[in-house]
Amino acid sequence: TKLNFSSALEEERHVRANDRDYNERFSYADNRIKTAKYNVFTFLPINLFEQFQRFANAYFLVLLILQLIPEISSLSWFTTIVPLVLVLAITAVKDATDDYFRHKSDQQVNTRQSQVLIKGKLQNEKWMNVRVGDIIKLENNQFVAADLLLLSSSEPYGLCYIETAELDGETNLKVRQALTVTSDLGDDVAKLADFSGEVICEPPNNKLDKFTGTLCWKDNKYSLDNEKMLLRGCVLRNTEWCFGLVIFAGLQTKLMQNCGRTKFKRTSIDKLMNTLVLWIFGFLICMGIILAIGNTIWEQKVGSDFWEYLQWKELTINAVFSGFLTFWSYIIILNTVVPISLYVSVEVLRLGHSYFINWDRRMYYSRKDTPAEARTTTLNEELGQVEFIFSDKTGTLTQNIMVFNKCSINGKTYGDVYDEFGHKVDITEKTPCVDFSFNPLMDRKFRFHDSSLVEAIKLEEPLVQEFFRLLALCHTIMPEERNEGELVYQAQSPDEGALVTAARNFGFVFRSRTPETITLYEMGQAVTYQLLAILDFNNVRKRMSVIVRNPKGQLKLYSKGADTILFDRLDPSNEELMFTTSEHLNEFAGEGLRTLALAYKDLDEDVFDEWMKKLLFASTALDNREEKLGALYEEIEQGMLLLGATAIEDKLQEGVPETIACLTLANIKIWVLTGDKLETAMNIGYSCNMLRDDMNTVFIISGHTMLEVQQELSKDKFSSGLDMEKTELYSSDSVFEETIIAEYALIINGHSLAHALEADLEQILVDVACLCKTVICCRVTPLQKALVVELIKRHKRAVTLAIGDGANDVSMIKTAHIGVGISGQEGMQAVLASDYSFAQFRYLQRLLLVHGRWSYHRMCNFLCYFFYKNFAFTLVHFWYGFLCGFSAQTVYDQWFITLFNIVYTSLPVLAMGLFDQDVNEQYSLRFPNLYRPGQLNQLFNKRKFFTCTLQGVCTSFILFFIPYGAFMTAVRDDGAHISDQQTFAVTIATSLVIVVSVQIGLDTNYWTAVNHFFIWGSLAVYFAILFAMHSDGIFTIFPNQFPFIGTARNSLNQKIVWLVILLTTVVCIMPMVAVRFIKADLYPTQTDKVRLLQQATRKQGPQEQNLRRVRRTSSRRSAYAFAHQQGYGELITSGKNMKVPTSSTSTYPLSSPTRGLTGTSSASICKCFRHQKH
Amino acid sequence: MGKKQAGTGPLSRRPDNSAFKQQRLPAWSPSLTAQTVLPTFYILSLVCLFLGIWLFITVENTYELKVDYTNAGTCERCFDLRKHVIASKTACTCTVSFQVPKLFQGDVFFYYGLRNFHQNLRRYMDSRDDAQMVGRKNNLKAPSSYCAPFDFDANKVPIAPCGAVANSVFNDSLTVVYNPADGSEIQVPLYRKGIAWYTDKNVKFRNPPTNDTFTLQQAFEGTTRPLYWQRPVYELDDTNSNNNGFINDDLIVWMREAAFPNFKKLYGVLNRAQGPFTEGLPPGNYTLSINYNFPVEPFRGRKELVISMVTWFGGQNYFLPIAYLVTSGLILVAAVVLTMVYVKVGKNGKNMEE
Repeated sequence: TKLNFSSALEEERHVRANDRDYNERFSYADNRIKTAKYNVFTFLPINLFEQFQRFANAYFLVLLILQLIPEISSLSWFTTIVPLVLVLAITAVKDATDDYFRHKSDQQVNTRQSQVLIKGKLQNEKWMNVRVGDIIKLENNQFVAADLLLLSSSEPYGLCYIETAELDGETNLKVRQALTVTSDLGDDVAKLADFSGEVICEPPNNKLDKFTGTLCWKDNKYSLDNEKMLLRGCVLRNTEWCFGLVIFAGLQTKLMQNCGRTKFKRTSIDKLMNTLVLWIFGFLICMGIILAIGNTIWEQKVGSDFWEYLQWKELTINAVFSGFLTFWSYIIILNTVVPISLYVSVEVLRLGHSYFINWDRRMYYSRKDTPAEARTTTLNEELGQVEFIFSDKTGTLTQNIMVFNKCSINGKTYGDVYDEFGHKVDITEKTPCVDFSFNPLMDRKFRFHDSSLVEAIKLEEPLVQEFFRLLALCHTIMPEERNEGELVYQAQSPDEGALVTAARNFGFVFRSRTPETITLYEMGQAVTYQLLAILDFNNVRKRMSVIVRNPKGQLKLYSKGADTILFDRLDPSNEELMFTTSEHLNEFAGEGLRTLALAYKDLDEDVFDEWMKKLLFASTALDNREEKLGALYEEIEQGMLLLGATAIEDKLQEGVPETIACLTLANIKIWVLTGDKLETAMNIGYSCNMLRDDMNTVFIISGHTMLEVQQELSKDKFSSGLDMEKTELYSSDSVFEETIIAEYALIINGHSLAHALEADLEQILVDVACLCKTVICCRVTPLQKALVVELIKRHKRAVTLAIGDGANDVSMIKTAHIGVGISGQEGMQAVLASDYSFAQFRYLQRLLLVHGRWSYHRMCNFLCYFFYKNFAFTLVHFWYGFLCGFSAQTVYDQWFITLFNIVYTSLPVLAMGLFDQDVNEQYSLRFPNLYRPGQLNQLFNKRKFFTCTLQGVCTSFILFFIPYGAFMTAVRDDGAHISDQQTFAVTIATSLVIVVSVQIGLDTNYWTAVNHFFIWGSLAVYFAILFAMHSDGIFTIFPNQFPFIGTARNSLNQKIVWLVILLTTVVCIMPMVAVRFIKADLYPTQTDKVRLLQQATRKQGPQEQNLRRVRRTSSRRSAYAFAHQQGYGELITSGKNMKVPTSSTSTYPLSSPTRGLTGTSSASICKCFRHQKH
Repeated sequence: MGKKQAGTGPLSRRPDNSAFKQQRLPAWSPSLTAQTVLPTFYILSLVCLFLGIWLFITVENTYELKVDYTNAGTCERCFDLRKHVIASKTACTCTVSFQVPKLFQGDVFFYYGLRNFHQNLRRYMDSRDDAQMVGRKNNLKAPSSYCAPFDFDANKVPIAPCGAVANSVFNDSLTVVYNPADGSEIQVPLYRKGIAWYTDKNVKFRNPPTNDTFTLQQAFEGTTRPLYWQRPVYELDDTNSNNNGFINDDLIVWMREAAFPNFKKLYGVLNRAQGPFTEGLPPGNYTLSINYNFPVEPFRGRKELVISMVTWFGGQNYFLPIAYLVTSGLILVAAVVLTMVYVKVGKNGKNMEE
């Protein structure tokens, strides 16, 4: 009551549960959200206000105002207002539709139902009616309606699980725990209704991981933190119900506070266009000044003599003033060099290109029913200029599915399929699978193609059995059996999951475990092993072992790990087997499989007892415990017997190596940025063909200090720099032959990257990285991903594209020029942040090489033509100025000026910009180097702009002076005069329309029916409108608006007019044709060549296409990779993650609620397991 | 996107397989190959050459004669007189002799030409009221503001026709007299009607409605003649009452503003009904007598009489034939160069090995 309610800035929030009257005094936001911008009444003013904030629109508004001043109005107001209104209307309609959908989605969210405790009863209420201070009940899998303080839940200790995918993109479950005092309220509605605690907490903010506040209830104070909060946007999981107190609602929730405006991305063409428009604007002013000076001089020298006939008061006062007015008049007339329709047309084109992406069936993934989606419609042409691709690994390049693919047991490989002639068969979808039906506990999704292994199992070959027994025992997986036989493994690493699942299908089913035992079903029989020790995995050991006692009482040590490590610890008797296995491992490595070697050892009881004692002693050691344990592990893992090796395929997404190869040929550099470990990342690098054995050097940078990193980088730079000159020599222009240059790869670790990204090393990192064909950054954080992208953006001025699927890619997707999200997967975070989304990495090839290239090509041609057209159109006035006393007399009919850009010439160039294909899609993909011009910015740049404007200027010159020359002395064939301004206007206008139509015809490479229709249609429409506007009827209605009555009829029936038009057209067009022909003849571009080839082959008929097959080369390296982290062994043996205690204890310590959480946190690990993502 | 089958089915979001959406519309992809470009150049060159020659021959057989009478002959006096605005009401006639060297065969057209007269100034061109000149009653008495300052006279009486264009109408009258060798004088008969465009005469310019009882003069009641005019608009032609008012041919011709400062406008057409003009305009001496009204001295302009024959494509016009011939030549040169380049230097197709 002593609070200042009226304070505009909330400094502290007071919320009293179940007390709406109290809470209403603070006027907190209610739970209604509003993302829509307008309503019916505010739409027009707000939208118009926004639109006029755009430079172009404001400019045209100023022009319009200028035109209303009679002294300078050289053009009627309608010449500007018609296009302007059209543009405003189109934009307004688009904005209105967008807003309508926002309204709809708001409505949908606002009317979601939730159960609110009102007056002691649970009532269903719409979300928007939920108020701060209400207590609401959530049920499993429901979205959290507002930011809640968790009061109680169905789970013990007031725990509840939430998925925060919508907030931070992490798909693993998080645990939240209520205060004990409130969790004791349970689901007792009466008690909850009596709850009258008051929360004092921080004001609304956007920090998702922080919350501070206190709960005052019954004279006690309890501190609150983020662990007690359920934020809007989360989903309740694995929890039957929970109750929460609304703290922040609606727009004040942390989710809504986080909905920052996404940064508006603009393409480089956009930026260039803006510069050019400014230049043109300067040019316009220059012309205005020249003409104004001309007018001043003319008025002084000549105009004053005309006073008899003109007698304008203003003009006689002062020639300079007249020049000033003329300046504005010419600004009005010449404004069409920056046509308003340019902006609209560009938007239309981009929208069209986006739709083509959405419609592309070859980017539609039928298995997930996901079409590609262009979420941003303004970046399309930039897709044709990408130089760097930053790709995530997991989920993007790989499917994050590990498949037990092959194995080598006792010197024999399994997993390959041979046909009757003994040839190896490529395994496809159709290859028959091994029938596991003998095993009721099998996993149906598991596929294996080599039946000889099953036969070996059925023959009960002891080593094969031991092999699978090892797989079934040596791991840290938690099984979950919901119904009888319905086993679900919760694996911390997908590799382990794959191995244990393989063992399961081959009849060694891992069924259950306790801290001390592991129960297997070996070929249908339950066998319980005593688990004596887990020798856990870590990055240095690169192996893990278990020591078990089997029912027969034998002690066994089972170990799996990196081949290089295990081979060193084998019994010498195993040497021969080791060589065979090693060969097999090489074979597996060559196929890009990740391998593990397996070994076992029979332990002696006495040795083990003694060792166990040492272990117990070491595990209680206070200092150097890790090292002591490591040494002990080392001690017992000696003299093992090799069983064999496994080969797991980290399944790549379809077509990844081919896509990467193709994009590399297109001179796009692909960097892999992954949070994964070095080995895993390298393994994928090899299987994607990004790393190859024939590469000169693979630099690995993993220094821990700045100095180390610097040394490593400098060394690499030096060694690669030696070949620099050679590199330049070899990179010849001949794009058809693959350039043979020294190839390097750079692999950099996250902690080294942190140093390398510092200002001192930045440059050297960029230098080295750009010398390398392949760059892989592993163990990087999401922020580092963004930093790397930022680095390249800053140093290389190249267009970057980031592709990823997870929340950890969001920052990089947002930073890159173009962000691509992999859709059709669980998390939507990346997709929501992205500009383009599709389901498969391989579609990237099509997006860039086909859509991007086309878009770029089309946009550039469009812009060139557009500027050409408008210069040709407008500058005629400039030339005319010299003949009409710089009086700002227009050459054309005003209606022609109004309609030229929006009716007569807009559609053909739009059709060109939408449909043109210089090279069809097959050839675009077959010749990736066609992508090069986009990267080099060759098709539209300042030089191109000058060329096309120059062409426009020349055309306008010809357009003006040929008719001028002809009309000086011309008369009609019936003797009447013809050199009047109106005939002249019609002649030039007609010539212009024909010339620009012919020009667009020349620029169009791909004449579809639409192009034909638009080009011929535009000409037809021109003549139709011309005759209509010059008709008797319209004149009799509006004599002053249509003074050109009869001009079309009287001039277009004259041979001389057509002779002039023909001559003008020929003179305007032929030089262009000659130049183009000679250019294509002497310096053919890649595109020209491919076009020719395409036409040649079309004549010959379709040819068999030889698709590029990417062959993986065999390699002599360890393919060990394992996505596992340390520490789970301990959890298992301690039993913390085994069973959740089922009842809550009321004597739970009040003072330190956090301790309760640590005590039970292991319980959550199990639940979180299956959501872990690497 | 697949709205038709939206909702259910495993492939419900699959895009349609239409040629349009898949960008596979059948299309024609022309390109500039030697096979198409080179022949085009040669053919175009030939076409232009042919047209150029044809036009040239036509023009060569056409004659045009210009008689500048600004201050020639006895017009010096009138030229000086017209320098002074005060004397504008004083009539002045003068004569200029000239010679026609060859027979102007066929139809002969007489134009008056003006040099350095800017009919194409924006505000001059705008200074007219088409609604008034189409004879609308309302507009007749309420001229458009564009006509200012020629919309109302000093007494606020509306001017008809209003505006600077009408005000500055060319008001010299020209009479050409043929002086055959026998010393006689035969006035060259001219058709002074039918010299304007049909659409102008019949659509664009209409008089206010009249009938038997309501004369043209009555129709123009309440308006006054333009400042520089000596007669009101309804008395422009003494000889033909149907040529008065807004539909006066000379006025209409003048109202069609020239695009350039030097222009000629049709004055009359030779009436070839009787000798010696049945063949055309015979060679010999002629006298041009001028009722000299139009002042050109202030703007250093020139006035001339232009006598011309007409060709199938218009009057005597050397620009077009020469332009065509030059274009033809240039295209030919370009064609030859292109051919040479293609044959000698160009390696199109050679680098096509993949």
